[in-house]
Amino acid sequence: MPRHTRRLGSVALQIAIVAVIGGLAYGAVLNAAQNLSRAHIASGFGFWNNTAGFDISQTLIAYSASTSTFGRAFWVGLLNTLVVAAIGIVLSTVLGFIIGIGRLSHNWLAARLAGGYVELIRNVPLLLQLLFWYNAVLKSLPQLRGSVTLPGGGILNNRGLFLPRAEFGPNFTAVLVALLIGMGSALALRAFARRRRERTGEEVPILWPALGLIVGLPVAAFVLAGFPITFSVPQLGRFNVSGGVEILPEFAALVVALSVYTAAFIAEVVRAGVLAVSTGQIEAAQALGLRSGRTLRLVILPQAMRVIIPPLTSQYLNLIKNSSLAVAIGYPDLVQIFAGSVLNITGQAVEVIAITMAVYLTISLVTSLLMNLYARKTAIAER
Amino acid sequence: MSAIGDQSYYLRGMQLEPLPPPTTRAGPLGWLRANLFSSPANIALTLACVLLIVWVVLPFFQFFLIDAVWSGADRDACLASPAQPNPGACWAFVRVWLSYFVYGFYPLGERWRVDLFFLTLAFGIVWLLWLSAPRRDIGAFYFFVVLPILSFVLLHGAPLIGIIVVPTTLWGGILVTVVVATIGMVFSLPLGILLALARRSEKPVVKWAAVTFIEFVRGVPLITVLFMASVMLPLFVPERFAPDKLVRALIGVALFASAYMAEVVRGGLAAVPRGQYEAARALGLTYWRTMGLVILPQALRVTLPNIVNTFIGLLKDTTLVFVVGIFDFLRTIEAARADPKWAAPNTTVTGYVFAALFYFLCCYGMSRYARRVEARLARAGRR
Repeated sequence: MPRHTRRLGSVALQIAIVAVIGGLAYGAVLNAAQNLSRAHIASGFGFWNNTAGFDISQTLIAYSASTSTFGRAFWVGLLNTLVVAAIGIVLSTVLGFIIGIGRLSHNWLAARLAGGYVELIRNVPLLLQLLFWYNAVLKSLPQLRGSVTLPGGGILNNRGLFLPRAEFGPNFTAVLVALLIGMGSALALRAFARRRRERTGEEVPILWPALGLIVGLPVAAFVLAGFPITFSVPQLGRFNVSGGVEILPEFAALVVALSVYTAAFIAEVVRAGVLAVSTGQIEAAQALGLRSGRTLRLVILPQAMRVIIPPLTSQYLNLIKNSSLAVAIGYPDLVQIFAGSVLNITGQAVEVIAITMAVYLTISLVTSLLMNLYARKTAIAER
Repeated sequence: MSAIGDQSYYLRGMQLEPLPPPTTRAGPLGWLRANLFSSPANIALTLACVLLIVWVVLPFFQFFLIDAVWSGADRDACLASPAQPNPGACWAFVRVWLSYFVYGFYPLGERWRVDLFFLTLAFGIVWLLWLSAPRRDIGAFYFFVVLPILSFVLLHGAPLIGIIVVPTTLWGGILVTVVVATIGMVFSLPLGILLALARRSEKPVVKWAAVTFIEFVRGVPLITVLFMASVMLPLFVPERFAPDKLVRALIGVALFASAYMAEVVRGGLAAVPRGQYEAARALGLTYWRTMGLVILPQALRVTLPNIVNTFIGLLKDTTLVFVVGIFDFLRTIEAARADPKWAAPNTTVTGYVFAALFYFLCCYGMSRYARRVEARLARAGRR
């Protein structure tokens, strides 16, 4: 085929594709308009400012069913999603690193246990695990009357975990200031120690002094300010528990399930990253006389991190997306509030689903943008 | 020349006791020493692992095997009684409900059709996955063309040839899980290949259409895609064409899986050396023949383990159709455990563990297969 005919064909094909996609979209919109008007469902985002009128069991910002709007409900749901995701990310990272490194341990038993954990957790659906934690574990806790009282004033029953709530007195600012000063001086100490080491080769111990600064200063300020903190201890009533902070069983089940599940994947990421560091590096570190802990911390992990971070981020994204399973146990996350309650009340499927998807899409795209920046920054300079 | 009295050399006058032999490194004792008790830290780790096993793993087996109740007609069999003060898992519940877990409400007299479907499916899977099976090209044709038609006729029914129609609302349990997973696999692979090719296309419209679709789907949770399929899809088509509830979920799952499959296939395409493309073009092959005869066979072979891993994810994700009200395997467990006739403390956990066992066996089997193929590929690559 002569070149220009092929080019023409390619342009024609592309125009045809645009026409087909456009035609389908046009038909879909037409049908949607017809179907919606027949069902008397409004369209547009006008509902955003209407009164929501439904209750939400966990609200981190002020919300009331009778006065708050759908827009407010959206922010409540988004915050609930982000809280679960943030706690899940921290816990799963810690657990995942422990298990991933444990799987490479020379200790046969530890390696086998870690391997068994990974295989078991990765091959069972997350939704099943979530239901297991919620229905089989947390719902089988004692009922209100048989509540377990924890040391320190906490109460545990199948309605949730109730912990004492800290109430801060006016002098508490002094403690925060002391904490800031402690952290600042610890950083300065670290910089000094590093300069000293690079100049003289002498190791200055910084761990204990830094800990002393970060912990000691606030504690001293706390004592001097006259213990400016009181606790509101939950009280076990006849029909409910009053006072304190309530941790919903739905929240706990979701956090546990997400952390346990994602940790198994993170463990594999960590294992692959550590194995990607060439043995020569480890042997060189041992030849220099570094002990195994320091080899891990100073030689293996920094190099492994370069391999670990990109897949680790995608695991974090998976965790955020998986938090939408909350809808199955009734934890009020974004999907449960929006694609559940708001959709049922307004019936505006297109707008509600579009908003929900847009939130997750934004999180994903922003993260992958940051990831690309990171990858460019840490790429090994090819010589 | 007398040596006596000359102190310039020393000669030992008597033989030393032999040193004790080095600690054994062979045999079970040496293995124990090297792998479990090599250092104080290692000993502590071993002890911790042993404690974990004693506290968690052994009670698990005690509960699910030794103390378990294997037969009975209702909840009384699984409740604590003087005869069995500490009853374990309630397998009697699973035995009674088993046919519901497998077939859902599929009419009793028609269940042979489901069994036949399972058989034809297993036959197709073995043909495709057994690497040295004869004529795997016919196997692919059977799996991707014959099997879908055959299954539709078997499961849904064809009044023309005397097989009565069973509406999808009666389908349930493992049948639905298998149908959703299989349809997802059968459609996501070709769709994913097309999307991956489109993403590497030189035509900007084709490329950006594919990129938009893939990144959009990968950026949102499956739940929102399912919600979209179940509440938005009916809006976009004329009312009389509104698809069946199960079909809507199937479309959602297939589209979702194809975006992930596209990325896996793209990885395989990238692994094919450039020279292969150039050689194929130099021979005068057209684009589709280049892809079909030269590039894709190599790309798919390299990426087969990843494809299987995507299938594992797909099988686990099928549990999410639960959320849009379809009676998959997990949903039947949820329905059965709510049965007051079986309301005993241990039925819930037994039901979940039974489901976990099913998913684990399927997923673990697939991942073992993927690993075997990977090892085989690695061997082939070394030659």
